[in-house]
Amino acid sequence: MMIYLRLIWSYLKIGFFGFGGGYAMLALIENEIVTPGWITEKMFTDIVAISQMTPGPIGINSATYIGYVAPTQAIQPSSPLWGILGSIICTLVIIIPSFLLVRYTGQFVRRHRDSEIVAGVFNGLRPVVIGMIASAALILMNGANFGYEARDITVSVCIAAVSLGISLFTKIHPIAIICAAGVAGFLLF
Amino acid sequence: MENNDRKELWRLFATFFKIGAFTFGGGWAMISIIEREIVDKHRWIDKADFLDLLAVAQSLPGILAVNIAVAVGDKIRSLSGSIAAACGTILPSFLIILTIAIFLTPDLITNNPAVAAVFKGIRPAVVALIVAPVITSARAAKIGWSTAWIPTVVALLIWSKLPVVSNPILFIVIGGLVGWWQLRNTRRREARKGGEQS
Repeated sequence: MMIYLRLIWSYLKIGFFGFGGGYAMLALIENEIVTPGWITEKMFTDIVAISQMTPGPIGINSATYIGYVAPTQAIQPSSPLWGILGSIICTLVIIIPSFLLVRYTGQFVRRHRDSEIVAGVFNGLRPVVIGMIASAALILMNGANFGYEARDITVSVCIAAVSLGISLFTKIHPIAIICAAGVAGFLLF
Repeated sequence: MENNDRKELWRLFATFFKIGAFTFGGGWAMISIIEREIVDKHRWIDKADFLDLLAVAQSLPGILAVNIAVAVGDKIRSLSGSIAAACGTILPSFLIILTIAIFLTPDLITNNPAVAAVFKGIRPAVVALIVAPVITSARAAKIGWSTAWIPTVVALLIWSKLPVVSNPILFIVIGGLVGWWQLRNTRRREARKGGEQS
């Protein structure tokens, strides 16, 4: 049962400090969920992939998936019921801060939009958020995701480079990029 | 509860359910669709009010789509409205991901050779798709050589996994405080200058 309390505490923090959108939130999820070992880094990357290929915000998708996977792996005897309970808990907990903040501080933020406290904090967060997204990418550049042998690494780096180029210089949808990478993986690995 | 109220709550839920079920990529992709549904189609609130809510939803932490849903629902029907809208937004993701989680187990991903190969191809692409927004948002935030050290230091320290200094929350708090302090100083300086001139 401890795992549920830990997940609730982690997801409250993720909800309250989740500035800068889904990708920046990944850095928080990594620090709260992957580093303590609730799920492996490989699994985390897979969750991001699945989140991108399914509708809905990455924060909700990852909360549901991690809420399912972490308890099914931690609790013995394993049962899908632990997972369903966990996914309900995590999905609800990550949106609690939205309710509290939007309903109770919304007026304040609206009235003080140009004030030092709101505009200043926002200015200060901008470079931090970029660093957080970069850290999420850096942490995932590892053997679990790129392979350990020379050939695997070469193929993986090529897939990553082509994907980056496509997403920066064309308007091709990320889902198409992920699907193409999946086909490339199926053919090359 | 009046029958009409219940109908409107149901419509709020159904509208946000549709938005949650058909938008890929969350927040930014959702905004234009939410606007079309809420402002143009259902006329629940006017465009100016919507932009106002959007500005608030963007400056608060949390999942942007949920923040917008809570703000819009709250505006129309207070607490029950915000619950209906938020539940509508999260329910499609929840159901889809739960189904995937039940059937696509980590064991299947590692043990089935075909699935394993597909995911080995997907993982590097996912990493690239996280690198891309770093570059685009740095450009949008006008991060130049003089300010690039901030995201660099933040990224390296989080990546280091050292105790305490690798916690992203630390940088959020420091960044917010420094931003507040800086803007306050700038404004005071300007005010003093303005005072001297007049």
